[in-house]
Amino acid sequence: MSINYSERIPNNVDLSSDRRLQRALEAWQPNYLQWWRDLGPDGSLGYDVYLRTAISTDANGWANFGYVKMPEYRWGIFLAEREADRRIAFGDEKGKPAWQEVPGEHRATLRRLIVTQGDTEPASVEQQRLLGKTAPSLYDLRNLFQINVEEGRHLWAMVYLLHAYFGRDGREEAEEMLQRHSGDPDKPRILGAFNEKTPDWLSFFMFTYFTDRDGKYQLASLAESGFDPLARSCRFMLTEEAHHMFVGETGVGRVVQRSCEMMKQHKTDDVRALGCVDLPTIQKYLNFHFSVSLDLFGQEASTNAANYYTAGLKGRYLETRIDDDHQLTGAQYGILGLDGGAVVERAVPALTALNERLRQDYIDDCAKGVLRWNKIIERAGIDFELKLPHRAFNRRIGGFAGARVSPDGKVVDEATWKANESKWLPSDEDRAYVTSLMGPAVTEPGKFANWIAPPARGINNQPADFAYVRFN
Amino acid sequence: MDSASEPFVDFRTAPDRYRHWKLKLDGDVAILAMDIAEEATLKPGYRLKLNSYDLGVDIELADAVQRLRFEHPEIGAVVLTSAKDRVFCSGANINMLGVSSHDHKVNFCKFTNETRNGIEDASTFSGQTYLCSINGTAAGGGYELALACESIILADDGSSAVSLPELPLLAVLPGTGGLTRLVDKRKVRRDHADFFCTVSEGMRGKRAVEWRLVDEIVPRSKLDEATMARARAIAAKSDRPKGAKGVALTPVSRRIEDDRTTYTHLTVEIDRELRAAHFHIKGPETAPPKDVAGIESQGAAFWPLAFARDLDDAILHLRLNEGEVGTWVFHSAGAPEMIAAYDELLLANQSHWLAREITLFLKRTLKRVDVSSRSLITLVEQGSCFAGTLLELVLAADRSYMLIGKLEGSNRPEATLRLSGLNFGPLPMGNGLSRLESRFLAESSRVDALRTEIGKPLDAETAESLGLVTFTPDDIDWEDEVRLAIEERAAFSPDGLTGMEANLRFAGPETMETKIFARLTAWQNWIFQRPNAVGADGALKLYGSGRKPVYDRRRV
Repeated sequence: MSINYSERIPNNVDLSSDRRLQRALEAWQPNYLQWWRDLGPDGSLGYDVYLRTAISTDANGWANFGYVKMPEYRWGIFLAEREADRRIAFGDEKGKPAWQEVPGEHRATLRRLIVTQGDTEPASVEQQRLLGKTAPSLYDLRNLFQINVEEGRHLWAMVYLLHAYFGRDGREEAEEMLQRHSGDPDKPRILGAFNEKTPDWLSFFMFTYFTDRDGKYQLASLAESGFDPLARSCRFMLTEEAHHMFVGETGVGRVVQRSCEMMKQHKTDDVRALGCVDLPTIQKYLNFHFSVSLDLFGQEASTNAANYYTAGLKGRYLETRIDDDHQLTGAQYGILGLDGGAVVERAVPALTALNERLRQDYIDDCAKGVLRWNKIIERAGIDFELKLPHRAFNRRIGGFAGARVSPDGKVVDEATWKANESKWLPSDEDRAYVTSLMGPAVTEPGKFANWIAPPARGINNQPADFAYVRFN
Repeated sequence: MDSASEPFVDFRTAPDRYRHWKLKLDGDVAILAMDIAEEATLKPGYRLKLNSYDLGVDIELADAVQRLRFEHPEIGAVVLTSAKDRVFCSGANINMLGVSSHDHKVNFCKFTNETRNGIEDASTFSGQTYLCSINGTAAGGGYELALACESIILADDGSSAVSLPELPLLAVLPGTGGLTRLVDKRKVRRDHADFFCTVSEGMRGKRAVEWRLVDEIVPRSKLDEATMARARAIAAKSDRPKGAKGVALTPVSRRIEDDRTTYTHLTVEIDRELRAAHFHIKGPETAPPKDVAGIESQGAAFWPLAFARDLDDAILHLRLNEGEVGTWVFHSAGAPEMIAAYDELLLANQSHWLAREITLFLKRTLKRVDVSSRSLITLVEQGSCFAGTLLELVLAADRSYMLIGKLEGSNRPEATLRLSGLNFGPLPMGNGLSRLESRFLAESSRVDALRTEIGKPLDAETAESLGLVTFTPDDIDWEDEVRLAIEERAAFSPDGLTGMEANLRFAGPETMETKIFARLTAWQNWIFQRPNAVGADGALKLYGSGRKPVYDRRRV
């Protein structure tokens, strides 16, 4: 029986004429679908969800809306259009034609980069699988599912690369990505943050704002890769990643907005009494998710990052727009570290500081959303400002790991930390409170849970009472 | 990097001073967990990240292995593992190698090799079997440490892996026996080994078992339980006594003043001009106890044990801290019949754990002498006591001199040698042969014939005719002959001497040990000197900089 591959798996990689790849994906796909059934959004298999599906990479093709049952979602394989005569933009190989095949020398490293990136994609689906039970609206439920299927598609994108370019090892790695599971004591996901729970919607919005944004910066650096298929794959993924961060930014913004409205309306700071999330608690969640996400960038001074750059495998954010030699052999970069009791800056070779540089780009980007949240607070006439904590705060990886540093960047002693920990990070009580707000899913079109404001506009300009999910 | 910048290294330590290891005793099983303190390095210039090690870490490991043997007769199995999450051990610290002199690196490798051999020695001969439980990444020297254990259990969590990434990442070899143990001990197929040693991330899961790289994989959550079950089963088979009392290894007493280092039973005097260290060994002053209970009650003060600890520390101290002292000259003073009596006591009680342990320790210490890159000269003088155990130092020497008769005006007893049962097997060299067997490869019958001489005082003429000494000058020639031998040695190239001596010392069969110390070490030391590793653009030099090494592409 012949399968119409371009129908079942929308793609622009000429899947229908690549028998090796077809065979590989045929073996992998049933396991993927089984994984989706077992660990995808809980209880959602029969729902019709108003989803966006990419069917091609042109302007009209990447956003096709319609109702889909998620197991039937057409997870496609798309690479951004090939740039004619693309050259490697950085490192020792700068100026040479971009690789269309994996160079033998870099095979293991590229595979590791792809596996590490790929592993995060199904991880977040697993982390978020129970959130549907407490969705604050159909709009939010749909956004959750959209993110989930797109994370699934991102996994496909990485699996495609593994299957297409890395032979038997690649196939084994693709298989393993379905065998590791978030929080599994025996086979956890590779990166720590992806083994944490996403227990409530405030955490989910924070996660999509802060943690998915790390994904954006990792993808953006890989989009500069000298290995062209990886670069093109990541460029296309970035368009989808933008939606995830939109969900995060507007989600947090709507929680802030609702709380401000209630504060104003009832002339009180105690919005917990009114079933909303008070601004100090939002700040604590922000502190937590920001600091955990900073860890994902790795050590401030990193040999691996330097090696990836020199080899032309992973560039800087918007590499080609940076005005320098793109080799960095002599350049220096200032990184922060602890010296005695103080946070101090020291210059290190710029090559080894690439993680830190990317982290800086990320921090700058994070700050923009915080500005917009503060605008909401300001418009409500409330005297409160959300702030990003200092990068040294609450870190587990890098030079600040385990150090006691306050959100404003002061090294403090253990006693001070203990005395303030519950003011800086969500306490068990805070978490219990937020969890208590998560009632049964709000499934009536146009209705929203009490603790969150409606969005400014619907998805694909649908009206406010649109039935984004049909439960059947 | 010149050796003058290397810090003084003291090999003496004790559990209450460990920075890097956690030792837990649980009935008949000991758990030795690596928990390296990043900042506790031997010298500045690097941090011991990800459970990577320097010599300081290995000194503690060697101490722990030694103490488990002597202080804990009840322990039948030792679990080697990591106390850190997701990382077992990432091997020798690369930045440390980068800031170390060549001789420090070689000494470091030699000591780590000896420690790993000591681990295998404990498993094979002491009834204290090592097994390794890998709960994360075991890379390079980390996996080599695992290879020194009798079995390896790996967490099957999709990320825990074993690897030997030296070649692809650093352009050097896994120099602590890794290559040799892969194919000789674990009998990994050579093509599999070849592939394994070229993938920097190594292997994990099922394939690691199929390729014999590990013995078993278990789910992460079951790792501790499975490890303990294996350890208990192994310990149950040990012949070590459960109720015996261990021997506390009290601190080795050592005083260093200028050119003299004084131990209880040994004084080392350095002649800077001739770059020679004179080891003056003092034989026992009292007769041995009459039975093994006496050995137990004397403990660390029992002469053979106390002497071995003195000599062991002196060897390590001189290797590391006195690199230019190229000739070691052994002297002894005491009653030969007393040494022979101690030997007989040990020999008669080889089935007793402590007598066995002391004999094994003497063996290992003498092996350290064999693999020291120093010219070894033994002088058998009047009043000396080169009997049994100490006679091994005559046989271990590159050359020996024995005085015929007496020096003018001396009333000390004439020099004699004396064979004991310990010379005929219990103290083998790395090649598996006794020093006598290695000496008489051409005429093995001579070794049997020598058995009839056990216990007899052998004067210089007899010793020479039996082939036990090199030269036997008389009182007129003695001083000149000895002086010339040492002066001549000091004039030769140290590298040439090291190479020549190492080649001549280990005649006879090859063993895993000789392959590690000869073949592997020689290749490694060559690679360590080559620009592809240590040149300005070499892999070892550039590691961590993000710059790509530039190789001289000629195959040599």
